[in-house]
Amino acid sequence: MSLESMYQQVIMDHAREGHGRGLVEIDLPHRGESHQVNTTCGDEVTLRVGVEGDTLARIAWEGQGCSISQASISVLSELLEGESLATADQTFEAFRALMQSKGEHLDEEREDLLGDATAFVGVGKYPARIKCALLGWMALQDALIQARGASSAGAEGGTA
Amino acid sequence: MLPDLRDDFPLLARTVRNGRSLVYLDSGATAQKPRAVLEAEDAFYREHNGAVARGAHILAEEATEAFESARADVAELIGASSDEVVWTSGATAAINLVANGMLQASLGAGGAEAERFRLGPGDRIVVTELEHHANLIPWQQLAARTGAELAWIPVDDAGGLRYDEVEAVITPATRVVAFSHASNVTGAVTDVEAIVHRAREVGAITVLDGCQSVPHLPVNVAELGVDLMAFSGHKMLGPTGIGALWGRKEILDALPPSQFGGSAIRVVTMESTTWLEAPQRFEPGTQPVAQAVGMAAAARYLMDLGMENVARHEARIAQILREGAVEMPGVRLLGAVGDPAAIDVLGLAAVVVDGVHAHDVGQVLDDRGITVRVGHHCAQPLHRRLGVTGSTRASAHVYTTEDDAHAFIEALAAVREFFGVAA
Repeated sequence: MSLESMYQQVIMDHAREGHGRGLVEIDLPHRGESHQVNTTCGDEVTLRVGVEGDTLARIAWEGQGCSISQASISVLSELLEGESLATADQTFEAFRALMQSKGEHLDEEREDLLGDATAFVGVGKYPARIKCALLGWMALQDALIQARGASSAGAEGGTA
Repeated sequence: MLPDLRDDFPLLARTVRNGRSLVYLDSGATAQKPRAVLEAEDAFYREHNGAVARGAHILAEEATEAFESARADVAELIGASSDEVVWTSGATAAINLVANGMLQASLGAGGAEAERFRLGPGDRIVVTELEHHANLIPWQQLAARTGAELAWIPVDDAGGLRYDEVEAVITPATRVVAFSHASNVTGAVTDVEAIVHRAREVGAITVLDGCQSVPHLPVNVAELGVDLMAFSGHKMLGPTGIGALWGRKEILDALPPSQFGGSAIRVVTMESTTWLEAPQRFEPGTQPVAQAVGMAAAARYLMDLGMENVARHEARIAQILREGAVEMPGVRLLGAVGDPAAIDVLGLAAVVVDGVHAHDVGQVLDDRGITVRVGHHCAQPLHRRLGVTGSTRASAHVYTTEDDAHAFIEALAAVREFFGVAA
């Protein structure tokens, strides 16, 4: 595998642009916030979500880290803001499967869900970098558990 | 200088990603092993394995002999006598052995002899701001549990130890001073005398972290004047799972043990136990015998090369790495360039490439077959003090060639190109 196939242009672009970057206040009744750290390198992200009905209405984040972790957060923000919670869950599962695929592509259905995030396929070949790519997704999952706990009485939170 | 030793190290012949030859520059994290070490460990298991100090049969005798002669070899490397060398599972365990011994003393163990190890409110423990976590956290935790205060000798903006602060930080209330012989980030070799002199003035015990010095420099504990020193096997070409604590005999004999079990004892009743003298009092349970034999083979390998020659060889590598890094635009070397001729710096360079995260730097290097350490190298406070979260470190050993060092510098230029940060 060449370096270029890991650092695809779409990843480099997202790392530069940082879609959704800026930890703005989210003024929605159902919201959550998660802070995640990659203990290997000290990279971190704080990510906030706001939920309206069944929709993941807002994502805002601030973080510092390598191009893989930053690009991954940017991609998920662009991909999932405004999508249904069901789609967010399915996309998260697809991304996790992509990371475990050891560099192999997934089926068409899941790749359609992933959109730009399929560019991270090369990361799956480097076990040490999977944590980088998952950092923002773990924060998203954790923040969503909180937001959902606030939106349906009795729902129990879990851990990312 | 040393001859090319790569043929002594079987692993260095393997290829890595895409069939590239290996440029191993992560020796500061762990060193590769010469055939002499692999064979010594193998031969012990094949021919001499038996229970050490626990039997009268021939294998028990041979294993005990191998274990104790290994201790003598490792002691010789650092200019010590063998009853002053305690086997541990590594340098981390060695430092914890001292800190936990002091905790035991503070809890009342060890009688009158252990008085000098007792800590409480009003006492001070001193470390430095550049310590590896292994020589920071045990002291931080000891302070938290005893009520003693933790203080540290700061570093300047360039990562150099502030020797002008030594007198002020090491107060008369200071009971122990723990510091690195050489930094695993800046590579700077510590002026041990400056710290030991002040520690002695106030009657403090000195604990030296020799992890980065013993494998690379001539180290003689008698000349250094410290009281205790921890060092690791796997960084000095030996196996993992073995390290050692050296200590002056009267200190080791008075320090209470903090791990308890078989073999370390004189008399045991249902109510109480009396300990053997050092080093056995600190070695309960079955010891890592084959690893000790392997570490001794590493010590002999290094002594055969001559530690002066090793230091001079690595000084040449340091010069290529460090001068190459500072001359490259957009690259910051952590710590001073140093004067390799004076051997005041190790054969390593930790660098920050402006605009490129250390993990991304490491990925490009890995693609070229160059293996380095990325991240904070277990020295988060020092990195934070220098205003960075991580760095990329190339570190050498006896087998490192000048070509290896040049390959690292060339790769840094490629990193800047790849990520579009080159001018």
